[in-house]
Amino acid sequence: MFNNFFHKMASPKYFYRISGKLIPWFAVPCLLLTLAGLYYGLVEAPADYQQGDSYRIMFIHVPAAWMSMFIYVVMAGAGAIGLIWRIKLAEIMAISSAPIGAWFTFLALVTGSIWGKPMWGTWWVWDARLTSELILLFLYLGVIALYSAIDDKRTAARAVAILAIVGVVNIPIIHYSVEWWNTLHQGPTVTKFDKPSIHISMLIPLLLMAFAFKFYYAFVVLMRARCELLERERHTGWARELTEQK
Amino acid sequence: MNLNEFFHMGGYGFYVWTSYGIALFVLLLNIILPARQHRKLLTDISRKARRAGRKP
Repeated sequence: MFNNFFHKMASPKYFYRISGKLIPWFAVPCLLLTLAGLYYGLVEAPADYQQGDSYRIMFIHVPAAWMSMFIYVVMAGAGAIGLIWRIKLAEIMAISSAPIGAWFTFLALVTGSIWGKPMWGTWWVWDARLTSELILLFLYLGVIALYSAIDDKRTAARAVAILAIVGVVNIPIIHYSVEWWNTLHQGPTVTKFDKPSIHISMLIPLLLMAFAFKFYYAFVVLMRARCELLERERHTGWARELTEQK
Repeated sequence: MNLNEFFHMGGYGFYVWTSYGIALFVLLLNIILPARQHRKLLTDISRKARRAGRKP
C-alpha cells in the first residue's frame, strides 16, 4: 500500500492534481495564524523594557530568519533525494524552494537592518551572524543562477543539488555564530536548552508567526512546484489534457 | 490604547511599519508571481495544443 502511495505521488499528473487541492488547506491556516500573530504581536504584547516598541520587528525578523535556514535544509534534503534516487519531483521541490528561501533571507536581512538602526545605531555590521546570513542569500542566488544557466533541467537539478548540499555547512555557522563570536547581535532567546529567556506574552506571537510562515512556505512551494512541473511536462499528454478540460 | 499611539509605536513607528510593510509586500509578491506564471503556462499550453490540432 505504501509502495503504491509513493509510486502515485511520484507521478507528475497525480502530484499536480493533489497539490492543487492541498494549497487552500495550507493557505487558510496561514492566514488565520498571521492574523492572530499580528494581533498578539502588535496589540496585546507589552512594550519591551529595554527596546520599547521597536522589538516588535522581531515577530517578522526571527521567523523569517528561521525560515531562511529551514528552507535551505529542505532544499538540500530534497536535492539529495533527487540526486540519489533520481526522483523528478524531489528535484522540482528543491528548485522551487530556492526563490522562497532567498526571499525569506532577504526579509531577515532587511528587517534586521531596520531593527539595527534604532537599537545598535547602524544599519549593518560585518559580524559573524550578519555575514553568514548574507552568504546564505548568495548561496540561494547561486542555486537559482546555476539552475537557469544549464539548459537540460535534469543535469541542472543535479548540479544545483550538489551546490546546495555543500552549502549546508553554512547553516550551523549561522546558528552558532552568536555563541562562537562576540557580536552586536543578541544571543538566542528561544532555542536555548534550559529555559527560554523570553516572556510568554512575546513568545506566543513569535510562535504564531513562525507557524504562519511554515504554512506559507508549504503552499507557496506547491504553487511554484506546479509551475515548474507544467513547464517541464508541457509537451506530454497529461499537460494537454489538463487544458482541454477547461 | 488609542489609534494614534498604536501607529506611533513609542517613537519607533517608522522602523516597525517599514519592516511590516516590506514583509507584506514580499509575502504577497511570492503568491502573485507563481499564480500569474501558472495562468500564463496554462493558456500557453492550450494555445499550442490547439494550433497543433489544426495542422493536418
